[in-house]
Amino acid sequence: MAKRPLPTEFIIERDEEKCIACQACVRMCSNDVHSYDPETDTVSSDSAKCVGCHFCETLCPTGALVIRRNPSEFKLNANWNAEVIKNITRQAETGGMLLTGMGCDKPYPIYWDYILLNASQVTNPSIDPLREPMELRTYIGRKPDKIEIQITNSKSQISNYKLQTSIPPQLKLETPILFSAMSYGSISLNACKSLAKAAREVGTFYNTGEGGLHRELYKYSANTIVQVASGRFGVHREYLEAAAAIEIKIGQGAKPGIGGHLPGEKVSEEISQTRMIPVGTDALSPAPHHDIYSIEDLRQLIFALKEATRYKKPVGVKISAVHNVAPIASGIVRAGADFVAIDGLRGGTGAAPTVVRDNVGIPTELAIAVVDQRLREEGIRNQASLIAAGGIRSSSDVIKAIALGADAVYIGTASLVAMGCSLCQRCYTGKCNWGIATQDPYLTKRLNPDIGTRRLVNLLRAWSLEIKEMLGGMGINAIESLRGNREQLRGVGLSDTDLKLLGIKPAGEAW
Amino acid sequence: MNYVIIGNSASGIAAIEAIREYDGKNKITVISDEPYSNYSRPLISYFLGKKVSLESVSFQEEDFYKDNKVDLILNNKATKLDLKKKYVILADGRKISFDKLLITTGGAPIVPEIKGRNFNGVFSFTTLSDAQKIEKYIKTNKVKKAVVLGGGLIGLKATEALIELKIKVTIVELADRILSATFDKKASGIIEAALEKIGCKSITNNTIAEIKGKNSKVKEVILKDKKKIPTELVIVAIGVKPNIELVKNRAINTNKGILVDNFMQTNIKDIYAAGDCCEAKDSLLNTNRPIAIWPVAKRQGKIAGYNMAGWKKEYQGSFAMNSVELCGIPTISVGESCPEKEGYQVLEYFAPEKSIYKKIVIKNKRIIGVIFVGDIERAGIYTSLIKDKVDTSDFKENLLKEDFGLISLPKEYRKHLVTGEVAIL
Amino acid sequence: MKKIIIREEYCMGCRLCEVHCLVQHSKTKNIIKAYKGEYPKPIPRIIVEEKGYVSFALQCRHCEDGPCLEACITGAMYRDKKTGAILLNEDKCIGCWMCIMVCPFGVISRNGEGKKIASKCDLCMGEKVPICVKNCPNEAIVYEEKK
Repeated sequence: MAKRPLPTEFIIERDEEKCIACQACVRMCSNDVHSYDPETDTVSSDSAKCVGCHFCETLCPTGALVIRRNPSEFKLNANWNAEVIKNITRQAETGGMLLTGMGCDKPYPIYWDYILLNASQVTNPSIDPLREPMELRTYIGRKPDKIEIQITNSKSQISNYKLQTSIPPQLKLETPILFSAMSYGSISLNACKSLAKAAREVGTFYNTGEGGLHRELYKYSANTIVQVASGRFGVHREYLEAAAAIEIKIGQGAKPGIGGHLPGEKVSEEISQTRMIPVGTDALSPAPHHDIYSIEDLRQLIFALKEATRYKKPVGVKISAVHNVAPIASGIVRAGADFVAIDGLRGGTGAAPTVVRDNVGIPTELAIAVVDQRLREEGIRNQASLIAAGGIRSSSDVIKAIALGADAVYIGTASLVAMGCSLCQRCYTGKCNWGIATQDPYLTKRLNPDIGTRRLVNLLRAWSLEIKEMLGGMGINAIESLRGNREQLRGVGLSDTDLKLLGIKPAGEAW
Repeated sequence: MNYVIIGNSASGIAAIEAIREYDGKNKITVISDEPYSNYSRPLISYFLGKKVSLESVSFQEEDFYKDNKVDLILNNKATKLDLKKKYVILADGRKISFDKLLITTGGAPIVPEIKGRNFNGVFSFTTLSDAQKIEKYIKTNKVKKAVVLGGGLIGLKATEALIELKIKVTIVELADRILSATFDKKASGIIEAALEKIGCKSITNNTIAEIKGKNSKVKEVILKDKKKIPTELVIVAIGVKPNIELVKNRAINTNKGILVDNFMQTNIKDIYAAGDCCEAKDSLLNTNRPIAIWPVAKRQGKIAGYNMAGWKKEYQGSFAMNSVELCGIPTISVGESCPEKEGYQVLEYFAPEKSIYKKIVIKNKRIIGVIFVGDIERAGIYTSLIKDKVDTSDFKENLLKEDFGLISLPKEYRKHLVTGEVAIL
Repeated sequence: MKKIIIREEYCMGCRLCEVHCLVQHSKTKNIIKAYKGEYPKPIPRIIVEEKGYVSFALQCRHCEDGPCLEACITGAMYRDKKTGAILLNEDKCIGCWMCIMVCPFGVISRNGEGKKIASKCDLCMGEKVPICVKNCPNEAIVYEEKK
């Protein structure tokens, strides 16, 4: 049989008693799933096209729609499960690489869920965050090896202590959470605006990704980290001057070792201008930077960027978490990076080959732990800040990441979910119904930046409050006291090797 | 400061409200020759057809005059004006002195010199008392058939009222079609067909030559072409002309109506005129002429009131516009809907089987007139395009489309409409 | 006075405003009964215009100088002194359609339930926020003091 229809993932259940045929679902679905028949005055649904984004279900004024996973089942087979069968069928049909969006969804162990936090009891009492000041402020950047202070006279007033050492440029964060790199092109301008405005309002930063910086976002430059990726899209003088910090992207957690890909269909006039490429051409970022073939080349680029920006901005490097992440990170710090962002296995993307996303890389938790450990052992931990990225889902993940050694975390998927994303993983089609991962003007209208900003600010505010609660519970009143503080963590259900790599004790064991 | 207003209809009421916006203290006197507090003149046909009761015919509440501190003189006609000493002389001899005077005497029915017009059962149809007299006559004489002379708006509305009362009506119209002032042949045709369906005949290109009676009551009419039509009631509705009797032969300039400038003032200082009796700016034809339509009268009265109270407000001008539902078919005509001269373009959609006709007249890329019969959805947008003299080149093809709306208009104009305030007609 | 401000750059064209306006002005005010039980169905007083990817919802602007107030021959169209909104007294309206003829936004319609009267937005008198504004999923219409 030549043609075998691609399997239907979802079934749409429509409660006919509740459906009033208002046709909102018909109009709004970018995959044309629903249709209206004027003769019978009813709406019907073609479930085969449904991607499970839940936009229609959310809009339906009577709640008549429910989206279910297709109950059509194969014979139980632990090895040749439904997904494997479907993927092979698809590839036999198309002969192409299977693409997907967002982060790895396979059931590898999620170490966050096996790590537990401490709390104070009798000795070292808890701190109430509603009554005592709780410091979440974090500085990203190179810290000097030592500082020299001159005391002008013996009276102990703060004005009599003068700092002699010059501090390298720092990024000031009001909370240890930043918005991860998501390029304009993979997401819409309205989504970028929401991230930028929220970063400004909260007092943190967002990252341009490899899409360049759109004209309308220049006014948020004080909160912008610009990325210099392998394709060098949109990298020009104003871009670097507008930035608060520069991040050289070597790799990305979702697709370590391969380059980026924005399909030509998503390259509109505005994208073309921002990325400095012709309209309609695929934006392919090569796998390596073609001018970085050794650690010395990386050092050269870092310092070229520092020279270009007169050493006024932190210049950092983003890498994927791979097997040798510890020595690699060490090399990068020695190469002069002011911060290192480590993007783990669960990191998200707009488009990546499914096999790469699901099989390449190592979990963020382990990567942060081993990098932090290595840098401390080598005595260079202060020379760069560590930013953990890839699958941070809640404030508890943030606390655990910081306790394992990170200075701050990047959130990508979580910010998109805050703006409406339901992880249907079809970002690469450019038909995102929520107006996030698309450039279609009909769809991008659906993301109102006022609402997007509000939701992101709410998310960060909520997480910050929770972090303060947990810190207070541990008897700590400043986030910097938690950094690398493995003593506050215990593992449960982990093997000895895991515990050793993470550098934490098993639950039950005291100091 | 004495404000005096002669006339108590649309313009008069609007003037009172306008004056009181600025001047809550000084005296306003209103002089009316009718016995009623105030009423909406267009409603008299609805009253005759029993769609509206006598109480509902009034336009403003009873307390309007008390709340606005207005001295209302009813049933007393203003007969003379003393321009030098500045007072109005009433029919009963009283003298009302004024500092600022507004003349809103409205329109008077045109009564042709037809032999036999004095028989009982021959009426005009412009005032509430006309309607009441007709009502009484119909009841007393058990009228079953009527002839309406004049196929214009008044005649058609009277016809509708009579049909409601189960009277068989024949319309006699001088032009080649009914509603000749506002409709073209196609539009009139639809209405004529609808009237035929309910048993009302329209005779065009004709007029009444003589009215014959018996026992001093009307019994038949003889037309110009010698045709005879038996009838028990004749309503003469061939039009109104500005009622300028009061100012004729005085220093106040008149043409067909009282001439006013763009501040509604006549050539005599402190004397204003508004409504059906005056000739003010027609912004479409760029000339002055009487436009006897309710919203125009209200606007003119308002402007006159503002200027009288001391706030200089310029009248932007108006143009002809009419909306009337006949035989269940809604119709709207605005502007120059039946142009005679050359140099214009017509877009139309004609579906007489559905009783739908839409016509748009364009000159110099601007809409100068529209007719809508049957489908009047969103007609106001076209009125606004006429008023603002918008260049339609970019969206001409969309004008008659079903989804025509603000979205079809240029974005800047639409934004101005939506965010800026609307200028008035 | 508080007015409904239109932001066409956020309108998705979902027409949920029309749905809720209809329900608000129905007899039962229950969405399922209004659509399935009531006959004839009322018409919404809000119109969504759509062309390509541009769309916006349009309803009575409650103009400071509304031409409909002057055009109304019965005085059915009046301004509510408390809210400043322009309202229609359905008992007084006789369906002459003068208001439809003069409204520059074309937001007055003929009543869809068979009554010979006009129909237009009444700012949901009695509600704190107009129902269309409350239910717009993307805040494309907002209720604010007009500056």
